[in-house]
Amino acid sequence: MAQANSIKAFLGQTGQIFRFAGRFFNQVFKPRYEVAEFFRQCYIIGYRSMPLIGLTGFIMGLVITMQLRPSMVSYGVESQLPAIIGIAMVREIAPVITALIFAGKIGSSIGAELGSMKVSEQIDAMKVSGTNPFKYLVVTRVLATTLMLPILTILSDAISLYGSYIGVNISGNISFNLFWTQIFNNLAYYDVIPAFIKTFFFGFAVGIIGCFKGYTTQKGTAGVGRSANSAVVISSIMIFILDLLAVQITELLGFN
Amino acid sequence: MMPAVSNKSERDRGQPKETVLKIRHLYKSFGENHVLIDFNMDLYRGENVVVLGKSGSGKSVLIKCIIGLIKPDKGMVEMFGKSIPKLNDAELDQVMARVGFLFQSNALYDSMTIRENLEFPLRRHMLDITQKEVNTIVMEALKDVGLSHTVDLMPAELSGGMRKRIALARTLILRPDIILYDEPTTGLDPVTAKEIIGLMLDIQKKYNTSSIIISHDMNCLRLTGDRVIVLMNGTNHVTGTYQEIINHEDPAVKEFFE
Repeated sequence: MAQANSIKAFLGQTGQIFRFAGRFFNQVFKPRYEVAEFFRQCYIIGYRSMPLIGLTGFIMGLVITMQLRPSMVSYGVESQLPAIIGIAMVREIAPVITALIFAGKIGSSIGAELGSMKVSEQIDAMKVSGTNPFKYLVVTRVLATTLMLPILTILSDAISLYGSYIGVNISGNISFNLFWTQIFNNLAYYDVIPAFIKTFFFGFAVGIIGCFKGYTTQKGTAGVGRSANSAVVISSIMIFILDLLAVQITELLGFN
Repeated sequence: MMPAVSNKSERDRGQPKETVLKIRHLYKSFGENHVLIDFNMDLYRGENVVVLGKSGSGKSVLIKCIIGLIKPDKGMVEMFGKSIPKLNDAELDQVMARVGFLFQSNALYDSMTIRENLEFPLRRHMLDITQKEVNTIVMEALKDVGLSHTVDLMPAELSGGMRKRIALARTLILRPDIILYDEPTTGLDPVTAKEIIGLMLDIQKKYNTSSIIISHDMNCLRLTGDRVIVLMNGTNHVTGTYQEIINHEDPAVKEFFE
């Protein structure tokens, strides 16, 4: 009985999220366009996330390289390290890890902000002020997350590969030019493009789930905490599901 | 069937006043909870009507039905001659520009300064307004509530009473014809509550606004109400002036004044 209720609740919530996403597509192309708020959200969501994404990217590149290097040395393929790290980072590690960090930072922040606005009647105040709160709050944030995550992923790719270059040079010696030449010589368009495209979907998922959880917050301030938390959990699961789908689709299309 | 309405000013002048809001046979339920059952009222220009009722009696639901935040199940809400539930979004925006709503929680935007809070409704309704005009209107609204010095502060930096006054300034910014007050003095100390009541009366005098005041604060009721509606069992149980209400024989009404 409890399991049946859980399944029912899960399906109900999934349906509500899809309906919410449908409402987004219904509103996104209709005027009035909240351009100023969209750019403000791009600044908050994109620009202000750069230090965190940059730092985690650097550490990620450095650590993975340092962990991988001894095995590569023992197999005598140390020279292939930049190529392997480059492909792994660009195709999978940087997009997914960046999206997960993004979900933690931005998904929770959107869930908590909109949730707090909901319970303190600020969303109602917007309606009374002649503003469509869905357009002003949801459409702008979802567009910003969708467009900013790919940019942050490119940043993360670059910084993590730089971290990797430092990692290689801690125990070995490779010139900056040779390191990057090896990476670019081994990267193909089908490594870069599908990985880049899937980050738009990751960004959309983080935005729409964060907004959904915040916009539908109930039960006062306790509900705000729950919204922030579940926005991160659901977004993170969604990122893995979308990644799985992306890998299947790229394989079906012959990009692997 | 409308209950008998006695209006002090109307009786005094002996001539009908302009009706700005008309509610007829309003019903609203949430599942099995029937909150409004055949509620009726009129609001005249320049008049203050206080809606009195116990907690959970549907006062806030009523005010939200009036402003279009909650859709009634049945009945008519007519403002300035236009039926609110039948309006599309654009038409509703036009009507709402003439209505101010003071939320119980103030509903100030946490992420915006006081200036931005006050500018927000102006920017939404007056698209071709210049920055200079915006500044003038914002400062005038803040002056009305005596808080010009807070213009660049954040809402979190203000006391409860100051936040209420800023919310009132935001309500006034578009010079509304009708102001809806949802529990304007709840949670305030008696001195601040008295200041807010004074401001409400000043505003009405200055701009000739009509108001619906949801309250169970007897001081607010006595000082502001031209008419009082006692909301009970989802309907307008008794309507009358303050004096008529306090002298009413109904034990349920008497309970409020004991």
